[in-house]
Amino acid sequence: MKRFVSMLWITTIPFFAMIALFLLVPLLSMIGGSFQAEGGGGFTISHYREIFSNPYYLQAFENSVLISFLSALIGIVVAVFAAYAITRFPQSLQQRVLVITNLTSNFAGIPLAFAFIVLLGNSGLFVLLAKQLGIDFGQSFTLYSWSGLTLVYIYFQLPLAVMLLYPLYNAIQKQWMEAAELLGASPWKFWLRIGFPVLLPGIVGTFSILFANAMGAYASAYALTGSNYNLVPIRIGALVSGDIFARPELGSALAVLLGLTLAGALLVNEWLTRKIRRDLS
Amino acid sequence: MKRISLPSLSFALVMLYLFLPVAATILYSLATEWNSTILPEGITGKWFAELYADPRFLQAFGRSFLLSFLTTVVAVVIIVPAVFSIIVYAPRMERLVQLLVMLTYAVPGVIMAVGLIRTYSGNGIPMVIITAGAYLVGLLPYLYQGTRNSLLAMQARSLMEAAELLGASHWQAFVRIIVPNIMSGIFVSSLLSFSILFGEFVLINILVGGRYETLQMYLYAKLASSGHVASAITVTYFVLMAIITGLVVKFTRRSFARKEVP
Repeated sequence: MKRFVSMLWITTIPFFAMIALFLLVPLLSMIGGSFQAEGGGGFTISHYREIFSNPYYLQAFENSVLISFLSALIGIVVAVFAAYAITRFPQSLQQRVLVITNLTSNFAGIPLAFAFIVLLGNSGLFVLLAKQLGIDFGQSFTLYSWSGLTLVYIYFQLPLAVMLLYPLYNAIQKQWMEAAELLGASPWKFWLRIGFPVLLPGIVGTFSILFANAMGAYASAYALTGSNYNLVPIRIGALVSGDIFARPELGSALAVLLGLTLAGALLVNEWLTRKIRRDLS
Repeated sequence: MKRISLPSLSFALVMLYLFLPVAATILYSLATEWNSTILPEGITGKWFAELYADPRFLQAFGRSFLLSFLTTVVAVVIIVPAVFSIIVYAPRMERLVQLLVMLTYAVPGVIMAVGLIRTYSGNGIPMVIITAGAYLVGLLPYLYQGTRNSLLAMQARSLMEAAELLGASHWQAFVRIIVPNIMSGIFVSSLLSFSILFGEFVLINILVGGRYETLQMYLYAKLASSGHVASAITVTYFVLMAIITGLVVKFTRRSFARKEVP
């Protein structure tokens, strides 16, 4: 039995107070607020009813899920190959490449949106280039459309995906490849039958992190068109900070639903990972 | 002739995709005029000169620096000793801490902003303080992991036992033995924390808005008015992040090197 340690109390009380004040209390207050009538009335589920009956908010959820799913999918497919390429470099170069990849992950939010404006905005580099070549994609593509925003989302998914997938390849040993080759398997067959199934749980886990990452992203879309994109985080921001009408209770309900979506994504990931692992063993 | 393989090709594509925007922004910040030609018409440093002479930029930079720096220091002072005593004296509590770390990591800034506004707005407390409080919690995953790794690497538990056997008090042992040993690890986590806060936009924009203009908000304001100045801001920000990353790499190497030679 440990004796009473005063240090434990002195150090953990401010720590848990901080977590209570700035994490737990606000989250509980938000959940409570989502069930409150506007202006601080009694219990109601009208905000949730409004969200589920209003096509505008349903559309925001659909858009958010779609862009998050798409950007996570493209990010992960490219990163699976790119991370493998990195593992084949000499050791010192590997570290350097990872540092540089990590550095570009600072390029997020407002600076990222701006860099894409320089490249693809109305007088962006590539838009000018295309004009000189006589191609006019003015109508079919603009940065301020959904496809433009998807490009921006893919950008911030890539470094994260590479950083998370890279360590997975440690699990695949060189001897396996040699053994498979000796037994007559082609490289394709090796990856299809052995490599990929070993990586799969990690890939699924990374995918759900990328998905959650994009679902909660706010700054890039906000920087490109203010509140014009109909995405859940943008709607929440507009409802609580009140550009025109602040409706914090409705914003709270949207935030609770977004939180549930994220929790759902993480649970599905947990379940899938476990299911895949069981299949393997 | 070797065929270009799919992995190499996607690696090259990823690098190209990641660096094109950076390169274009750097070029744009140095370009005199760049509206109709593919390459800029001339090179100039006037956008940087203009930016660094703008008191609004200097103030915004100062605010970002101050807010990120002070919050990181407070976070280190609160979180590191707490994680230390939990790992050494109450390992059972670690499960709870890990759960809280997961929670902070899983809740995006937008959701935090809603809760914080509901709880604290209109109480007379400046929202900058509330934002800083939310930043403290936001840094929890990084500082927890950093502290934990450093403590496990130096075998803090047995060191503390040895120090106490030799008659040192908990605090003495912590300050004289643990702190110097985890210093470089904590320094790396602090740099990382600082860079995360320096780039934060969601919370400060929703909670405080224009009343406390940080560098990110200044950049947002400049997006519409001057592209060249905006790219000079972006480049400045990116250079700062590169310096911090360089320091992180240097200090991580050093702490690894020390571990190899006991």
